[in-house]
Amino acid sequence: MSDRTLDAFVDQTPYARFLGVTFTEDEQGVLGRLPVAPHLIGNPMIPALHGGAVSAFLELTATAQLWRAGAGSPRPINLTVAYLRAGRGGREVLARAHVKRSGRRIANVQVEAWQDSASRPIALLHAHFMVD
Amino acid sequence: MADVFLPASAEELPALLERLTSAAPHTQALDLRFEGVRARAVRLRLPWREDLCGGQDRILAGGAVTALLDHCAGLSVWADMGGYAPIATLDLRIDYLRAADPGGDLLAEALCYRRTRSIAFVRATAFASTPDEPVAAVQAAFALGAATSPDTAADRS
Repeated sequence: MSDRTLDAFVDQTPYARFLGVTFTEDEQGVLGRLPVAPHLIGNPMIPALHGGAVSAFLELTATAQLWRAGAGSPRPINLTVAYLRAGRGGREVLARAHVKRSGRRIANVQVEAWQDSASRPIALLHAHFMVD
Repeated sequence: MADVFLPASAEELPALLERLTSAAPHTQALDLRFEGVRARAVRLRLPWREDLCGGQDRILAGGAVTALLDHCAGLSVWADMGGYAPIATLDLRIDYLRAADPGGDLLAEALCYRRTRSIAFVRATAFASTPDEPVAAVQAAFALGAATSPDTAADRS
């Protein structure tokens, strides 16, 4: 797999396309974007995003960051997601991943997701990946 | 706190849980299927689909497995309460124990093993054919009587 672009990552990840996740990159690293889409809603009464969609988005953002950092084929070992606020329907979600340690075989990654402001995260992810 | 509570009799509970499985647009998009409740343990199915895979290997994505287990865990809280009340996932930990079968469905089973006035604790596993060979294991906590509006209690900061 020589094409390490974020477009190639999304092309090769059907679930990222199912959710509609897109990625851009700047000096801080990868920025993930979960769009406004009806099929991501978990509670139509509020409306609020489904926690499973938010968690999957965080995991994909971590994977994309590792992918750009040159990790072979990042595979999740385990992860913990904490939900701080309801994700509101009708607003996109943004996320940034921070690789805290990248060893020969295992990487430790934290991801924050927010809607209005990065200082008010809606969810936090802490995950380990196999990266060999 | 938990002002809203819609009780369901033992006979009504499976139908309630089935509705709560398909009521969310996201679970409809995933095509989650309610497979039953027995001794408060809830079972769901995630039918295999190509667009739910994590790569080119025809294996369901980790995120799809998490969504399946998250929803199953929530249903098990309602099964334990014997009815519906607003709940919110506080946190969820998942261990990916082995790869799912390429092209294969996944089942999930969740049990709320401890519930206080304000918090419910759930264990859940996902597996292909037998619970003895889990693909993933989850431990999750839920806040009970959670705010139904993101601008009220859940959003106090």
